[in-house]
Amino acid sequence: MLGVRLYLAQRISALILAPLVLGHLAVMIYATRDGLSASEILSRTQGSLFWGLSYGLFVAAVAVHAAIGLRVIVAEHVRLPGVALDAFTWSVGGVLLAMGARAVAAVVL
Amino acid sequence: MQNPSGNLDVSVWRGNGAGGGYSAYLVPVRENQTILDVVTWIQHRLETTLSYRFACRVGMCGSCAMMVNGKPRWTCRTHVQRVIDGNSLKIAPLRNLPVIKDLVCDMAEFFAKWRKAEGHFHPTSTRHEVIAPIPPDDPRRIAASAAIECINCAVCYAACDVVALNLDYLGPAALNRAWTLINDQRDGARAARLAAVSGDSGCFNCHSQQSCAVFCPNELNPTESIAGLKRAAAAAALGGEI
Repeated sequence: MLGVRLYLAQRISALILAPLVLGHLAVMIYATRDGLSASEILSRTQGSLFWGLSYGLFVAAVAVHAAIGLRVIVAEHVRLPGVALDAFTWSVGGVLLAMGARAVAAVVL
Repeated sequence: MQNPSGNLDVSVWRGNGAGGGYSAYLVPVRENQTILDVVTWIQHRLETTLSYRFACRVGMCGSCAMMVNGKPRWTCRTHVQRVIDGNSLKIAPLRNLPVIKDLVCDMAEFFAKWRKAEGHFHPTSTRHEVIAPIPPDDPRRIAASAAIECINCAVCYAACDVVALNLDYLGPAALNRAWTLINDQRDGARAARLAAVSGDSGCFNCHSQQSCAVFCPNELNPTESIAGLKRAAAAAALGGEI
């Protein structure tokens, strides 16, 4: 269910996520306290390599981390067999990655 | 707590792998009385066909563990007064193991997992060579010593919710044993053992809930051993060792 590769992938993605989540929260508080409008925020993010890479990494780490976390929950409580469990894990990761990539593209491109 | 009649209300699970249920018995209260004493009294006086397992009666052999009021206990060293709920005792076979009959579990899978976890010594020298000097204050010796006094009672295995949810999981006892051998400088199977405990049913499935440490009758901490295995196996995987 959870071998060493998946374990490492989840821990490393967590290491990546921790500072990015804190940064995301800090930026959100900064932006809303300063009363920036949506268009003002977009003017700062569109075309920005920094925000593209930052949130792109965020989305990739979320896709890996959440897919493995849900895999463990589903394995223990639904008891999916191995192939179905792998399919579930990849599906969750793929959906999260696609949705996240779409959101990042919307604010960066 | 003694009731006015001087009897304990004892429910004992009776049945086999196909199913069963609780039977009620009244057992006289004694001043010093273990759960094993209660079960033995029932078998001697009331229910001669009651099956249960014990050997040493002094907390060394690890064969008498049962569920007592929903919690796994070594029954020969568990005093009734310490675990009784009001005036009631509910005694059942160990959780997470198949029942053979009444209070007797089939331990085959439990011990098979010790093998799967490479829980056996792989010598690097013969009896004809010099004995390896291992100082008592060596950190690996200290780590091994902290986990070595396991009596194979399966209390931790019965307490583990991960085993309950994933019957393939190797479990705290086998992984604890693997950790003692990882720290044995005379052992020659470190990489094979780390690989064995790093599979889909291995140490990385532990959620660190620590029920094993709470209920271990010898006050070992298998969760800590498993955490050590996780660190060692992760480092070995990153280093290309496994």
